[in-house]
Amino acid sequence: MTAIASTTPVAKRRYGFDLSKPVLLLFAAVLCVLIVMPLSWLVYYAFTDKNGAFSVANFGRLVSDADFLDPLLTTFALATLSAIICCAVAAPMGWLVARTDMPLRRTVRILVTASFVTPPFLGAIAWELLAAPNSGLLNQLYREITGAAADSHLLNIYSFAGLVFVISCYTFPYVFVLVANALDRTPGDLEDASAILGGSTWDTARRITIPLALPALLAGALVAFLQAMTLFGSPAILAMPAGFHTMTTKIWSLFQFPPKPELAAAASLPLLVLTVILLRAEHMVLGRRGYSVVGGKNSEPRIVKLGLWRWAMLAVAMIVLMCPVFLPYFALLNASFSKIASHLVSLHNFTLQNVHFVFFELSATQLALRNTFILGTLAATAGTILALVIAYVHTRQAVTGYRVLGFLATAPVAIPGIVLGVGLFFTYTRPPFVLYGTLWILLIAFVTLAMPAAYQQLQSAFRSVHPELEDASRILGATRLRALWQITAPLLRTSVIATWCFIFVGVIRELSAAIMLFTSQTKVLSVLIYDLNESGDLAAISVLGLFMLVLTFTIVALANTLRGRNARRNMAVG
Amino acid sequence: MKGSKISRRDMVIGSGALAAGAAFSTRVLSAAPPSSPVTPALIEAAKKEGKAVWYTSIDLKLSEQIGKAFEAKYPGVTCQVERSGAERLLQRINQEYSANVHAVDVVNSSDAALLIYWKNQGMLAPYVPEDVAKFYPPEHKDPDGTFASFRVYLCIIAYNTSLVKKEDAPKSFADLLLPQWKSKIVKAHPGYSGTILTATYQCSRDLGWGYFEKLAQQNVLQVQSAADPPKKIALGERAVMADGVEYIIFAEKERGQPVEPVYATEGTPLIVGPNGLFKAAPHPNAARLFQSFCFSPECQQLCIDIGGLRSAHPQTKEHPGRTPLSQIKLMKDDPAAVLKLGEQIKAHYVKLFHV
Repeated sequence: MTAIASTTPVAKRRYGFDLSKPVLLLFAAVLCVLIVMPLSWLVYYAFTDKNGAFSVANFGRLVSDADFLDPLLTTFALATLSAIICCAVAAPMGWLVARTDMPLRRTVRILVTASFVTPPFLGAIAWELLAAPNSGLLNQLYREITGAAADSHLLNIYSFAGLVFVISCYTFPYVFVLVANALDRTPGDLEDASAILGGSTWDTARRITIPLALPALLAGALVAFLQAMTLFGSPAILAMPAGFHTMTTKIWSLFQFPPKPELAAAASLPLLVLTVILLRAEHMVLGRRGYSVVGGKNSEPRIVKLGLWRWAMLAVAMIVLMCPVFLPYFALLNASFSKIASHLVSLHNFTLQNVHFVFFELSATQLALRNTFILGTLAATAGTILALVIAYVHTRQAVTGYRVLGFLATAPVAIPGIVLGVGLFFTYTRPPFVLYGTLWILLIAFVTLAMPAAYQQLQSAFRSVHPELEDASRILGATRLRALWQITAPLLRTSVIATWCFIFVGVIRELSAAIMLFTSQTKVLSVLIYDLNESGDLAAISVLGLFMLVLTFTIVALANTLRGRNARRNMAVG
Repeated sequence: MKGSKISRRDMVIGSGALAAGAAFSTRVLSAAPPSSPVTPALIEAAKKEGKAVWYTSIDLKLSEQIGKAFEAKYPGVTCQVERSGAERLLQRINQEYSANVHAVDVVNSSDAALLIYWKNQGMLAPYVPEDVAKFYPPEHKDPDGTFASFRVYLCIIAYNTSLVKKEDAPKSFADLLLPQWKSKIVKAHPGYSGTILTATYQCSRDLGWGYFEKLAQQNVLQVQSAADPPKKIALGERAVMADGVEYIIFAEKERGQPVEPVYATEGTPLIVGPNGLFKAAPHPNAARLFQSFCFSPECQQLCIDIGGLRSAHPQTKEHPGRTPLSQIKLMKDDPAAVLKLGEQIKAHYVKLFHV
């Protein structure tokens, strides 16, 4: 009870048992189990030899063997290039939708969300259909138009450049959302001031708008870099056919028989260390620039009138969206109903065989759908509750040591999915917790991976609700949990639903941890699609992939209507 | 031949036995268990268990069709197909067993060496379906009764007939090294596929690793499954496949796709894919029923007719229009050698092809 926030010095428990202490301790313990245990095993394996004696030989091999050094350098180049491309594309687009009168701005935003919802591995497969050098639809079109020779091609997706392109396609939404939101929030009066003082449009942009949006862009670049670095599906699908590895595919290949877990652990640590360093760097840079997060709502953002240019800009935005959305979806749709994936659907070519195969012959479909749905629901629910409690404790500083909880909830941001997968595999294939082979291990992985983003979202939501309402409830005798349930929870419903959706979509997209942890009975959709890709069953993938997208969009749309309704109700209450 | 250590050692080991020849050398039990017919009691017990889980490296469409045929014959028992490459199945089964997860009932592997490996680990249960006992030649069954050759097929070269004229098509492995095939070849991976591991062993033994060293310079499209190259050349993504399964080439060709098999003048790798059932199978009766079904003439004929496979069951008929096995020059398979050298072969391959 001594730990109540200082704003309520007189509050005293009148009746009922305050469950907050034990509950909070429990959550702290859960977080420790989730994060600390797998990482400890990872470090242990990395620093021991086969007999369990201390050794740095694993790292010696890592830096001396070209088989490891090449993937490391490739990954670094890949992540850097992807981050640059994402920023170069997403920043102008973010500006267009947030600060100009470009037509269809809302639609563009929704379409960018669609590319966020699309799993990157599915995008990579769709781009195989489009830009494989010979059978790719776009290359066929190119030869058709130019009359080029049968073995010439315009695009080759099985290349380093192709991989960078595909990764950028499905990473740029992160940068876009951050930049667009930052620009939404920036008040227009600073820009007005600049204009009044005689600054030209360009001066204003250079001295006011860009510096204000820069932290968001920087954060976006970092997120893009981390995403590109830790992605497993796209490199596995596009880099291996081209004959090169990235770190994630290399780590995974180390689990092929006979498994070399100690090398996998050692190879995971550079990814982990690099992520931590980058996050620290971001914190330092953004920490200094704290002033630029302009919270005031003094004026509406100023909208730039583009005149006739607005149509040109819309065209550019649509062309950009062709890459992650229109073209891949078209390729998937075509392959779903074509007898041959590389031929356009026509009357004599149309078939429902692929759909029939996926839903009536493929025995893994039902199992994978059920597992994915169960895991998505459970992970979203458990993750939201966990994040909610931690965000509450942190913003209200409800117990001593709340900082530790906040730190633990943010820490997984530094753990790439495949690294977590390796760690969890070590942790839960041995007593006392033998969870490998059950859905629990996947649930743990998904909740852990989703925790940082969920926590961030809910923390900012809590900040927007003033504690005085809770305090009032507690002064009137309610316990902390009751106050939370009756007062705070209804006010946060919108953010909670958004977070739930976010985690659910994340589960459907997740491949890199799942690929380490699944068994035949705990297969999920992403793993099934990956399996199908390895045997070249593109038509089946297309059907499953589209079905998966429809399912995801339905859930997001449902949640959004729920959210809209609640937002209105909350407004009425307020 | 400037072969490496591996191929020289292989020459010594190289014996001409099929799956069982290797099994002789690792024989531990005294006699094969008796032949087991399908009894009404077995069917009843299988129905109580409800399903059989089959880990297989047969191409997905065919393995699902086999599963469906089983379900049609024994209503009430389903077949869950878990398809992946043989080497991936090895990884999965070992990972699962190391964590005490017993999910697999019956396994079919295109790497026959793996059955010997699992048998040596004591993981397989002896069970001899009636058909195997009565009809299968000795070289196609384990003397201890833990596995038998479910399927026989070849790992071949093939080409896309709309991209390559018949007279220009490669006729041998040596032809694939010619400059005109640079960037036009697709090939699968021995780290994933048992077919390719077996074929890589046979080719490195008979042609030397020099062949692969030169092939690695041809800028090949590296896919994983041996089932994928036939699909890639049917799509027109590459003109020629350096390796891949014969049975999908048959299936694609008979479906009207522009593909044509090539039986290399040096000889074609022979692949045997045995079925075995696990001692710790979660559905022991359904597993036995399924194993018996797999070796029945009806299932074997189905594999030939719609699957394009070949069979060791003497009651089956070869499919008209396909070159009979007797007219093809074959390389000799040797699972015992693959068992011994498999990891070396994979590692050597990765050195040459970088993935």
